[in-house]
Amino acid sequence: MEVQIVPESIELEVKGLNFYYAGDIGALKSISLPIYKNTVTALIGPSGCGKTTLLRCFNRMHDLYPKNRYEGEILFQGENILSNGTDIINLRSRIGMVFQKPTPFPMSIFDNIAYGLKLKGITRRAELSERVERALKHSVLWDEVKDKLSASAYELSGGQQQRLVIARALAVNPEVLLFDEPTSALDPISTAKIEELTDVLKKDVTIVIVTHNMQQAARISDWAGFLMLGELIEFDKTDRIFTAPSEKLTEDYVTGRFG
Amino acid sequence: MTIFDDELQQLKDKILKMGSFVEDAIRNSIRALVERDSELARKVIENDRIVNTLDVEIDEESIRLIALRQPKAGDLRFITTAMKITTDLERMGDMAVNIAERALELNEEPLLKPYIDIPRMSQIGQGMTKDALDAFVTKNKKLAMDVIMRDDEVDELKHQVLNELLFFMVQDPSTASRAMKISFVAQYLERIADHATNISEMVIYLVEGKIIRHMIPPVGHHEA
Repeated sequence: MEVQIVPESIELEVKGLNFYYAGDIGALKSISLPIYKNTVTALIGPSGCGKTTLLRCFNRMHDLYPKNRYEGEILFQGENILSNGTDIINLRSRIGMVFQKPTPFPMSIFDNIAYGLKLKGITRRAELSERVERALKHSVLWDEVKDKLSASAYELSGGQQQRLVIARALAVNPEVLLFDEPTSALDPISTAKIEELTDVLKKDVTIVIVTHNMQQAARISDWAGFLMLGELIEFDKTDRIFTAPSEKLTEDYVTGRFG
Repeated sequence: MTIFDDELQQLKDKILKMGSFVEDAIRNSIRALVERDSELARKVIENDRIVNTLDVEIDEESIRLIALRQPKAGDLRFITTAMKITTDLERMGDMAVNIAERALELNEEPLLKPYIDIPRMSQIGQGMTKDALDAFVTKNKKLAMDVIMRDDEVDELKHQVLNELLFFMVQDPSTASRAMKISFVAQYLERIADHATNISEMVIYLVEGKIIRHMIPPVGHHEA
């Protein structure tokens, strides 16, 4: 399908991407789409459509299994991140990922966030403190945890843990955040907080989110891509997708006629 | 067929029911005038309650569906269109009541002149109403466009009627009161055609997802 592209504001551009899981199982078929800077892009579609597979291509998560194979390009600020020369550790600090279930490390709240910073060579206590505080404020968790930074991260509620994980990703100043169903394990209030947070975060980072919750995609995203059986069926402004989509398949999916 | 599809169908049926009451009201209000049937005029005024009740019911049902079903895309456009259409239909019903009220007054006085253009305006207006609703039900964009085009005929007839009545008033000022009332009727009929046009514009939104009203008003088109 044809997508109108505004080149100067593109953060990531997927060009003719094919992806095969080990055993040559094709999971994505010639996907092309732009991810615009400082916007929220939602990837929607029925289970098994390839939306999570696509999300994981953006920070090369699939490399954990050597037999997985990419074809095509993903340009990140103009550089193809699928090329062999890409420094994957560096890539993942620039393009962070937040998962479905909160994944705090078994350590204190403070150390959860300081961990990534230490890996980057930041060891001065004052700087660490300052950046931990900034990250926690950024993810709107600071007020709830400022008096118990040395407590275990496991003492936090699910919603707080998820915001902690977001703070951990933010601490290393990423340019893009990938959200893989970040609220599917959370109650409505925690969900609302994360959704509010995306709106604040997009001033500084570009967000790509995979969600099964269509209302959530409608509420928080600026752009939406609908995938089915590994193909991108439609990509457009979110309000267009949910009021007057161009493709019959998209219409059937968003109105709940299948999927 | 899902429960939601069923609910949408019921909403559609209700709008058609309201539409047929409104068509009847227009037809009967003009008959009451032309045939000087005051009994029929009173019936039109009486029956408006049914139209008003349906208007409220359709709005309530639409709001309920938006809240509980969170409709999207075509479903969302259908429900929002339904809500807007009933507002137009309700106003059309009010216009028929106004015509019936003028008929009651005019029936008390001697006939000023035989009615020729007024029944023609009414006929076109009823046809527009019926086709606008048919276009809504069948999602027929072509028919909706056709209704929009017909609005000009009604506007033209109205001007003709007003000029004729002005002539009567100038010739014999004692006809002024009756001529004024008849000119109001022409005005009400012209409004009815405008509402049918609004409905057709909403049908185009329903089908295409594009809002066309206030874009290119046809020559002589007046907003209701």
